Amino acid sequence: MPPAAPRSGDAIFANVERVNAELFTLTYGAIVRQLLTDLEEVEEVNKQLDQMGYNIGIRLIDEFLAKSNVSRCVDFKETAEAIAKVGFKMFLGVTASVTNWDADGTSCSLVLEDNPLVDFVELPDTCQGLYYCNILSGVVRGALEMVSMKTEVTWIRDMLRGDDAYELQVKLLKQVPEEYPYKDDE
Amino acid sequence: MMYVFNRNGVCLLYREWNRPLRTLNAQQDHKLMFGLLFSLKSLTAKMDPTNAEKGNLGVPQLPGQGCSFHSFRTNTYKLSFMESSSGIKIILVTHPGTGDLLESLKYIYNLYVEYVVKNPLYSPGTPIRSELFDKTLDQYVRGLG
Repeated sequence: MPPAAPRSGDAIFANVERVNAELFTLTYGAIVRQLLTDLEEVEEVNKQLDQMGYNIGIRLIDEFLAKSNVSRCVDFKETAEAIAKVGFKMFLGVTASVTNWDADGTSCSLVLEDNPLVDFVELPDTCQGLYYCNILSGVVRGALEMVSMKTEVTWIRDMLRGDDAYELQVKLLKQVPEEYPYKDDE
Repeated sequence: MMYVFNRNGVCLLYREWNRPLRTLNAQQDHKLMFGLLFSLKSLTAKMDPTNAEKGNLGVPQLPGQGCSFHSFRTNTYKLSFMESSSGIKIILVTHPGTGDLLESLKYIYNLYVEYVVKNPLYSPGTPIRSELFDKTLDQYVRGLG
């Protein structure tokens, strides 16, 4: 039987179980609010969100690979396309576009026109340094780490701070090859 | 028999349904199996006649780079193997007449995702202790044979 071709994000999104978007947005909002109350420092909250995203990312990658059947990405460009077109679509229901490739192809930007996490949200003056969607940067970082790519993910543009779109910069630091974990003499 | 390893060689799951001969203790067995597969993968990638770039034998590779082998068969058993891009390896040892199990292994991978990965009480990298997963797996594999 010929191997199944990779499925498009739309096809998978139609097949997975979905949750109400408002519930999702409100739950995320509640998480951020609670973190702000518990930690008070905006930087701490940013870090926690990133850590939470990382923990999600390391599990999410298996689900992504199992459902989407994408074959091995040959280089970082393909990986970025896969995340933007299939990954975001599958999990958030929105597609991102990939832009701003740098000279050696190790850094790119994922641009999201609309972001379900931030519906109904406005940042008050007390939280100006907050990256509300920092969980997404953690997710991307965690997922890529499980496929042997160490990356650094940062927000460049954030609509809650007045920009016109959400732009996430993904920089590939290095590719970590598999190593034999056991010592040879054992 | 079935093994599931993660990318660091930790044996996440070992099930057996019919294994008459036991040769080594469990730890040794797992290490041997993982080592075998690691070397086989490396070897098959280096011997690939269609691949243009080949490192020297022994150079560690990115998971998934080069070709990946699916199965090997001896006169007494057949071993089928599947590796995901995230390094999760699933091995199934069956009787030699079994057909190509790639689709089944993919299905098992899906099951793994549903029951194990999505379980918030499971820490990635530790052996799997999930009754639901065991039960479903059991049913599926018995259905295959």
